[in-house]
Amino acid sequence: MSVAEQMVTDQPGEGWVTEDGRRIGGVMMEMRNITLRFGGVEAIKDISFDIRQGEIRAIIGPNGAGKSSMLNVISGFYNPQEGEVWYHGNRRPRMRPYEVARQGVARTFQNIALFEGMTVLDNVMTGRLNHMKSGIFRQALWFGRAEREEIENREKVEQIIDFLEIQSIRKTPVARLPYGLKKRVELARALAAEPSLLLLDEPMAGMNVEEKEDMSRFILDVNDEFGTTIALIEHDMGVVMDLSDRVVVMDYGRKIGDGTPEEVRSNQDVIDAYLGVAHE
Amino acid sequence: MPDQLLFAMEVFLNGLMAGVLYALVALGFVLIFKASGIFNYAQGVMALFAALTLVGIMEGQVPFSHLINAVFGTEVHHFGWHLPALAAILLTGVVMIVLAWVVNRLIFRHLVGQEPIILFMATIGLAYFMEGLGDLMWGADIKKLDVGLPQGINLWIDETTFEAFGYGFFIDNLDLWATGIAAALVVALTIFSQYSKQGRALRAVADDHQAALSVGISLNFIWVLVWSIAGFVALVAGIMWGTKSGVQFSLSLIALKALPVLMLGGFTSIPGAIVGGLIIGVGEKLFEFAIGPLVGGATENWFAYVLALLFLVFRPQGLFGERIIERV
Repeated sequence: MSVAEQMVTDQPGEGWVTEDGRRIGGVMMEMRNITLRFGGVEAIKDISFDIRQGEIRAIIGPNGAGKSSMLNVISGFYNPQEGEVWYHGNRRPRMRPYEVARQGVARTFQNIALFEGMTVLDNVMTGRLNHMKSGIFRQALWFGRAEREEIENREKVEQIIDFLEIQSIRKTPVARLPYGLKKRVELARALAAEPSLLLLDEPMAGMNVEEKEDMSRFILDVNDEFGTTIALIEHDMGVVMDLSDRVVVMDYGRKIGDGTPEEVRSNQDVIDAYLGVAHE
Repeated sequence: MPDQLLFAMEVFLNGLMAGVLYALVALGFVLIFKASGIFNYAQGVMALFAALTLVGIMEGQVPFSHLINAVFGTEVHHFGWHLPALAAILLTGVVMIVLAWVVNRLIFRHLVGQEPIILFMATIGLAYFMEGLGDLMWGADIKKLDVGLPQGINLWIDETTFEAFGYGFFIDNLDLWATGIAAALVVALTIFSQYSKQGRALRAVADDHQAALSVGISLNFIWVLVWSIAGFVALVAGIMWGTKSGVQFSLSLIALKALPVLMLGGFTSIPGAIVGGLIIGVGEKLFEFAIGPLVGGATENWFAYVLALLFLVFRPQGLFGERIIERV
């Protein structure tokens, strides 16, 4: 039996219920023996883990551990040299990022990638693009169906804008917003796609304590309210431990820990990595 | 009203009309530049190619006939049909879309992420290739293009102004049509980019490639779309210029006039392309009218470039362009 197969069979079948009553389901995405190289540098070395339906899964590790690379593999921005990605029970072929997005994987970026020239509303509307069916000619001529579709999408977008409490800046060009709000708009755009998997790349990076608390609350609410599965990356351990159901710890491109926050916290390798113990 | 002022007004109006045509070519540049960051040197040649193809299809010319005859010793020149203008325009539109796809597939797909200068060089290559291709396909002789647009003096304007001022303005009907069509085109493009799914995707790609990918937009599709629209704008420009002065290879030089237009209007602004075109059109006609006789004429050849140079010195982003501030 190969390592990968063993991993699947070792999982308890249909998930569990958390202390606060949320239901964690079966495996939604599975990374099997992923190795990613840039030239001679191995950014990710033979890593396997899974993401379950409805959970908040964190990937943590010191700077340069390969967390962002891993997120980019999941979202299709990088293609690993070795290993397989399984999604909803199917092996995912080599895909371009926009194809991954169309499969229901939305993401945010560490350095915020918003459409700076557009308003907040327009930015969030782009998240709905894949829910719009009307073809180019129908749209150009603005026939009834296209109009109805636009209205439905607008309603959905307004819901998300309300949810994230950014009503007051709906018509503001994004370029004028402060950093913390931009991060929230980016989250809104990702949510507008109604993703089955939401990837957050350092959602708290560069925020003050208050903003971090806001963002944590939003992440929990999104997971609770919409049942969205979330995988997030952070190097700040404190916040992550309170947020997530399970944590993968990476260091120098390898996985050094995987489990509940408590398990990870007491893992000697993890403690060493964060205290900066020299590698042999 | 003094005669000089009346002349100046007539010159002004004619300048506006000429400016519309400059603006049409400039518009094609702006569309591609905004969405892909490519400065498409071949835009003028695309207008020429579109006009050549249109005439060829209308007249039922056999493409590559010289080549075919030279290789096989045959004597084919014409299919022997005359298509109605509208059908020919639609077919030419299809050709421009195919061209957009081929250009993207063979050239720009392989240059994703390259420096702007590399992409620019590629479009220069494309320009010369297409000029040669146009020649090979349709021949190098000057062709007459008549899609049924009215030409000649607009009598109504002539008579009205004669009654009002005692001097009849000469305004060409073709110029009036060109203005109307250009205005309709700009309105259509604006509605498309503001309110349609693809328009929104297009603006998204123009703004940030990574973010566009993350919301599921295919960059390739958008680029083909943009090149198709630019090809369509080139077709409209080609029809206007071709009707006015015949379809000839000097048409591709008009593209050079679009450069000062872009420097005035800004490379990233559609309204800028329109206003810039109008300013250049009016400016060079009025300058020729007022200063031309003092310096021996022919100022139209250089006025636009000098104006652009002044803009480069004092306002490099143009009238409407985005000011680019780089962090050091």
